[in-house]
Amino acid sequence: MSDEEVARSAAPTTPAGDLPGGSAAAPARGLHEPPERDITDGGPDMVQFLDSEGRRVPLTDVNSPYASFLDELGPDDLRGMLRDLILVRRVDSEGFALQRQGELGLWPSLLGQEAAQVGPGRAMRTQDYAFPGYREHGVAWCKGVPPENLLGMFRGVNHGGWDSNENNFHLYTIVIGNQMLHAVGYAMGVQRDGDVATGDPDRDTAVMAFTGDGGTSQGDYNEALVFAAVANAPVVFYVQNNHWAISEPNDRQFRVPPYRRADGFGFPGVRVDGNDVLASYAVSRAALERARSGEGPTLVEAFTYRMGAHTTSDDPTKYRISAEVDIWKAKDPIDRMTKYLTAEGLVDQAWLDAVAAEADELAKRIRHACQTMPNPPHSEMFEHVYADPHPLVEREAAEFAAYMAGFED
Amino acid sequence: MTSTTSAPATSTAQRTTIAKALNAGMRAAMERDPKVLLMGEDIGKLGGVFRITEGLQKDFGEDRVIDAPLAESGIVGTAVGLALRGYRPVVEIQFDGFVYPAFDHIVSQVAKMHYRSQGKLRLPMVIRIPYGGGIGAVEHHSESNESYFAHTAGLRVVTVSTTDDAYWMMQQAIASDDPVIFYEPKRRYHERGVLDLGGATPDLADAPMGLHEAAVRHEGTDVTVLTYGPMVKVALAAAQAAELEDGPSIEVVDLRSLSPLDTEVIEASVNKTGRCITLSEAQTFTSIHGELAAHVQQHCFYHLEAPVLRVGGVNIPYPPSRHEEVFLPDLDRVLHAVDTVLSY
Ligand SMILES: Cc1ncc(C[n+]2csc(CCOP(=O)(O)OP(=O)(O)O)c2C)c(N)n1
Repeated sequence: MSDEEVARSAAPTTPAGDLPGGSAAAPARGLHEPPERDITDGGPDMVQFLDSEGRRVPLTDVNSPYASFLDELGPDDLRGMLRDLILVRRVDSEGFALQRQGELGLWPSLLGQEAAQVGPGRAMRTQDYAFPGYREHGVAWCKGVPPENLLGMFRGVNHGGWDSNENNFHLYTIVIGNQMLHAVGYAMGVQRDGDVATGDPDRDTAVMAFTGDGGTSQGDYNEALVFAAVANAPVVFYVQNNHWAISEPNDRQFRVPPYRRADGFGFPGVRVDGNDVLASYAVSRAALERARSGEGPTLVEAFTYRMGAHTTSDDPTKYRISAEVDIWKAKDPIDRMTKYLTAEGLVDQAWLDAVAAEADELAKRIRHACQTMPNPPHSEMFEHVYADPHPLVEREAAEFAAYMAGFED
Repeated sequence: MTSTTSAPATSTAQRTTIAKALNAGMRAAMERDPKVLLMGEDIGKLGGVFRITEGLQKDFGEDRVIDAPLAESGIVGTAVGLALRGYRPVVEIQFDGFVYPAFDHIVSQVAKMHYRSQGKLRLPMVIRIPYGGGIGAVEHHSESNESYFAHTAGLRVVTVSTTDDAYWMMQQAIASDDPVIFYEPKRRYHERGVLDLGGATPDLADAPMGLHEAAVRHEGTDVTVLTYGPMVKVALAAAQAAELEDGPSIEVVDLRSLSPLDTEVIEASVNKTGRCITLSEAQTFTSIHGELAAHVQQHCFYHLEAPVLRVGGVNIPYPPSRHEEVFLPDLDRVLHAVDTVLSY
């Protein structure tokens, strides 16, 4: 890729408003000629509070509606956010290492998306329910799911090693898009329980559904938006636009950015800088409060980037240029929050060292938990197929047990 | 003829249709449990295209009888979420051939939620599917796709052939903590039978049979016909015709449940008669027919006098309705198969 091409791919997209009639008409192009991609610049609609240098962005028409949520944050909250970002990245790098050492079969890394997840994760209240895809380790962290519990499914000992109702964090969903509908149905249940718009902050409940940019192509995603709109369900759709769906750039998924599609479904859509934890937090807070107070769904698009491979099975060198990754390295969510809090005098090297030590301890804990995770007895594979007894499963379990017993002396 | 449909002569027994019995079953379940809700296309004011939910929205409100957007994946997918929140959704798929957009949710989420959560999550939901042919419909309105779901572990698959079963099995399915695919024989919706409502406040304990028991609808000694749903009537007609002509004595087993199968009743019947025919509208290739035939040859081998014959749809897409008359198994095809198994 030439310098000129890198520059072009890095150029901001024309803002929607500049097109006549708001139309998203694409310029004429050949079948295999890629459209211009807004690979690094979220455009003028994107809500941002911290720039890549970690400086507070002045208030504008775009970000000021969300500023009050930041005013509520004290020094401990701000430090807590940075701590979460650092620890979540460490959980992720440990997951990656464990896969490379043969302890896990697969690991989907969230490298680069920490702020996009810690923002909504911290914005959710205890009673709010999250429906994740398979990469939401940062949301799980904020919801209080022990990180070692996430490893079971990637190690192959279970399909999800946590009780979803304990922390209101549903099991990971592998079929892209399914969870979007589960979230809407759950939110419809919340409505029927009368747990919206009561004015009681401990009772009013919102549901948050997570997917990637690839997921926005699925029928389920679009059906979820229809159902939510029609029911005015208390749900927040949170799309992490990390620009890639395995090897497919997001121009293979849409010609209009996800946040602008919300309009067509009849509820607001917001694009937020997903590498800015303050912005992703504030925008999520606003959307969640809207949902809890009975005003209905919101679509949030976190504009971010998948810095690593899609999963440990992926080879991004086959489809991605490193110049693109370099551009995003300069927007690192942790660097920027660190710079900001350092400049504000809220953290210093001693604090950072302490969190680094905490991260080491956490990594050790996860590693130990992974390596000592017992293999389930094979008889367990027959358990829980049905809630009530099913004669075929029982018969086959018994036959299997008898067969296995034949090998014992 | 023995029949479980013959009700005791109480004041609550009445003659009614399968359609009305299904409606009454849902009504009873909704009255019993406020968490039961219905969802589907056109099920509100219209009462569904077959009117099975008629009057329920009027009585239970729009929050419990939900007219859903026209999106099957959406209907079943949101029902999953409702069930996770503690509701018991009963969803209607308008016709058999339109369940496929929801297939993904049914087989990857509905069937597996209990398993993947190691028993922590339950999805008590019922997916109602009017199925089968014989109504002169256009394509995609006449399919028997029960094998797809019976093939999937985690789902229970049942179907009814009598008013009594329509009423009781609907309530049992709704009360089940497992997801149930509930097949309704659309061609039989308006056939009448005796229904005992079991008193003013029907108690599930009054149900004459368990949800997964098979019923011997006609006793016989020469050959067993294993059948279910819309074909039970055909099998009974064949048995009666044979009886009138002093022909072979045919035992008709109404499976009622396709997953799990009531293997005890199946084996007892085949061991007694020594001959077995499977009868359903479903295409025979890799179907319930095949499972039944395999089960019988494996478990009744020493009692069999003849190979198991499958009487069902040929392996073509459901044909245009002008072919239905010959595509769908009828009394003659059953009697022909009976003659064949007796000729060994
Ligand atoms: C229905 C379905 N099709 C295909 C896959 C295989 N697959 C797993 S992840 C993925 C790409 C997803 O991309 P995106 O939604 O952008 O999320 P990201 O992984 O980038 O966070 C694909 C194709 C799947 N899991 N589910």
